[in-house]
Amino acid sequence: MAAACVALTACGGSGGKPATASSTPPAQKGPGLGKGYSHDPYPSTYRPYPGVPTLVTNVTILDGEGGRIDKGAVLFRDGKIVAVGQNLTADAGVTVIDGQGKYVTPGVIDIHSHLGDYPSPGVDALSDGNEATGPVTADVWAEHSVWPQDPGFGRALVNGGVTTLQILPGSANLFGGRSVVLKNVYARTMQGMKFPGAGYGLKMACGENPKRVYGSRGREPSTRMGNIAVDRQTWARAAEYKRRWDKYEKDGGEPPARDIAMDTLRGVLDGEIRVQNHCYRADEMANVLDMAKEFGYHVAAFHHAVEAYKIADLLKANNTCAAVWADWYGFKMESYDAVPENLAILEKEGACGMIHSDDANGIQRLNQEVAKARASAVRAGFDVSEATAWKWLSINPALALGIADKTGSLKAGKMADVVLWNGNPFSVYTRPEMVWVDGALLYDAKDPKRRPVSDFELGQPGEGDVK
Amino acid sequence: MSKTLFLAAAALAALAAPAMAQDVAITNAKLVIGDGSAPVEGGTVVVRGGKVVAVGRGVAVPAGVQVVDAAGRYVTPGIFAGFTRLGIVEVDGVGVTNDAGTENSPFNAALDVTPSVNPRNTPIAINRADGVTRAVVAPEVGRGSVFAGQGAVIDTRSDFHPVARPRAFQFMEYGESGARAGGGSRSGAAALLRNTFAEVRAYIRNPASFSDRAKDVLLTRADAEALAPVVQGKVPLLVHVERASDILVLLQLKRETPGLKLVLVGATEGWTVAKDIAAAGVPVIASALNDLPASFEQLAATQSNIGRMQAAGVLVGVGTINDDEARQARLEKQFAGNLVALTRVPGATGLSWDAAFAAISSKPAEAMGLGDAFGSLRPGRVGDVVVWDGDPLEIGSAPVKLYVDGIEQSLTSRQTRLRDRYWKPAEGALPKAYQH
Repeated sequence: MAAACVALTACGGSGGKPATASSTPPAQKGPGLGKGYSHDPYPSTYRPYPGVPTLVTNVTILDGEGGRIDKGAVLFRDGKIVAVGQNLTADAGVTVIDGQGKYVTPGVIDIHSHLGDYPSPGVDALSDGNEATGPVTADVWAEHSVWPQDPGFGRALVNGGVTTLQILPGSANLFGGRSVVLKNVYARTMQGMKFPGAGYGLKMACGENPKRVYGSRGREPSTRMGNIAVDRQTWARAAEYKRRWDKYEKDGGEPPARDIAMDTLRGVLDGEIRVQNHCYRADEMANVLDMAKEFGYHVAAFHHAVEAYKIADLLKANNTCAAVWADWYGFKMESYDAVPENLAILEKEGACGMIHSDDANGIQRLNQEVAKARASAVRAGFDVSEATAWKWLSINPALALGIADKTGSLKAGKMADVVLWNGNPFSVYTRPEMVWVDGALLYDAKDPKRRPVSDFELGQPGEGDVK
Repeated sequence: MSKTLFLAAAALAALAAPAMAQDVAITNAKLVIGDGSAPVEGGTVVVRGGKVVAVGRGVAVPAGVQVVDAAGRYVTPGIFAGFTRLGIVEVDGVGVTNDAGTENSPFNAALDVTPSVNPRNTPIAINRADGVTRAVVAPEVGRGSVFAGQGAVIDTRSDFHPVARPRAFQFMEYGESGARAGGGSRSGAAALLRNTFAEVRAYIRNPASFSDRAKDVLLTRADAEALAPVVQGKVPLLVHVERASDILVLLQLKRETPGLKLVLVGATEGWTVAKDIAAAGVPVIASALNDLPASFEQLAATQSNIGRMQAAGVLVGVGTINDDEARQARLEKQFAGNLVALTRVPGATGLSWDAAFAAISSKPAEAMGLGDAFGSLRPGRVGDVVVWDGDPLEIGSAPVKLYVDGIEQSLTSRQTRLRDRYWKPAEGALPKAYQH
């Protein structure tokens, strides 16, 4: 995205006037690759909140990449991790927190959330997650539905230690639209939450949802073969759209007509937008992987991949991740073959797995979901360590989102997205005690002033329970 | 791998033979009675003829009773799942396998879940393997009435006799879903409810005269017959309700209907009127971790709800209403553990470990009026006993032995079989279908 910003001269502002993408008209002739239209017309305005230099000592550290340090310390300042190790000392002016008996981890990343798009309260007037009016709605962007005041964001922070989350449009459609990656920090606007520098995702869906939604209306797709047929037809159109725009940006001349849906698919074919594909069954995931080869794109992750364990080798060979639940099963046929060892088998086979919530309540306990998945692995005879299991909550989702260079582990230079847990986070008895986002303390269990209360909750009977 | 396969085969063989109640004594246990008391070390529980006969420290093992040494592990009553749809749904999204709701029946209160319960449905085995031995099974409300029908208490034994207490209660919806079922508003639901009760009283006075009036009173004879014991206070009335003001309306209805055995289910805003609930002596089967204002009748949602109601003197058990209730009763132990976690969060109200375990064992049984039969390891109760490999409320702990009515049960399921088949995903010399 940085390249797009430079090209558009839209990121820094100029001459005191508010600079926006639309204020910069595209060049008339031979504009150059990437210059035909703005790729970032709703840019992030998120700015880290102020923090103080902080050293958390005497803690067990799970670094999010599989590393563990006992009796360790984490130092962060100016929003960034400075050092992680065993013998760190504090300079003057550094706030020291003694975490005796506690754990420190990177913030939890949920790659699959609908917070803001399906907010609380779940009334029709706020139901903005599925543009279920046609099987191909690659033109919609989830960020334009996000209600930043959803009380679910605060619960995910306070109970779950979630610092980053991807908001996806729903799964009624084959091409559901673009996702957006957010920092879990309340803001007045969606853009104020937008993770700076995170790329977009394209939500796609396999299986029962699209065929049910459109089949019940007597139109294609009504079958799994219909799903793939509409997908392929759409990718074929996208390839043609890309060819015309690439040619225009290379040679100039008359610009092709804009098609907002095709912009997104062109972004996928260019490798700028990651495919996040809702898909349960092993056989269907295999079909999608071949479709991706046919049209020259890559699937970043299958979501709800209940049967990923059946094709862990195939996923590994295709460098495609699987985002799964710990123990959801049986709510529809394509979730009938769930096993709690799904993540264990992926890990054992060397494939990239991660936990996800898809749920406003479940997102508050993703650490417990990973604890369940790990316990299943250990009981089945595969001794996944706590440090390894934490990858399922942080670095693996960061990799699948393309933000692993910025967050997802406790490494020097990364965003200081940090959780201090009041015990072992694999225990049911443990909760976040403090949560920092970009080094700013945004939750402190002991300080009622450090508990977010959304606009909607203000003056409601439940307000006192987060304050 | 071969060991797991062997165990699975042994379990299948065990299923083929008719199961008999064993006389068994589990000794050397970290014994949890389930009544809210603290675990005792070195405890023994003796089960004979399917019932708990002796329990505690220093209990002698009678001659001829098989002895199982728990080696210091936790031994508890099985989880009594406070509100579920276990056994009446195979796959929620496959309508033909889903017997929870009745959209096109002329009956409502008369409906009985008993013929719908399938003891071989996969969620039963999956929940059993996580320690669930009993479940309150309720139907879902259909159209045109707030009454859903008569629920049962089932066991999770792998035999063809799943229903332990048929017609154990009547279930109805109030609040938003009751309003929908009752014509579109709470006023509609309340009018329907009061009129129904009046007509049931008429039926009780003279059953023979009732049959010709069905159309006038919006109540079939069969429905009136089913509701008579409810109005007479012989059968509990479980009501799903969330909003505080709705709870108060129901408490008023109880005052107007002496003897009515009202049980609140859900009760997300219960804590705001906890004193009234306690004063009315009405028990609650609550959802444990609803903490979002998910609807306008749940604006006061908080994870402290159960803790605060208990502190106010309300009898509270945990249920899974509208919370994957067909399949995930097993999560109740995780919910209970989370209620303990709240005791360490400033400003929150949780439960002690002992109270939390009681909330998924004896408390829901007592709320149903069945505490003398189920939910604890007190003498006279059913022999539902679980030996765990760790703290039963902790993530990842699992049963190592499980008895229902004193009969040891298999801990395998379709999920363990699939796990074994795909532990190595790559194909072997023959297709996966030959690996069993």
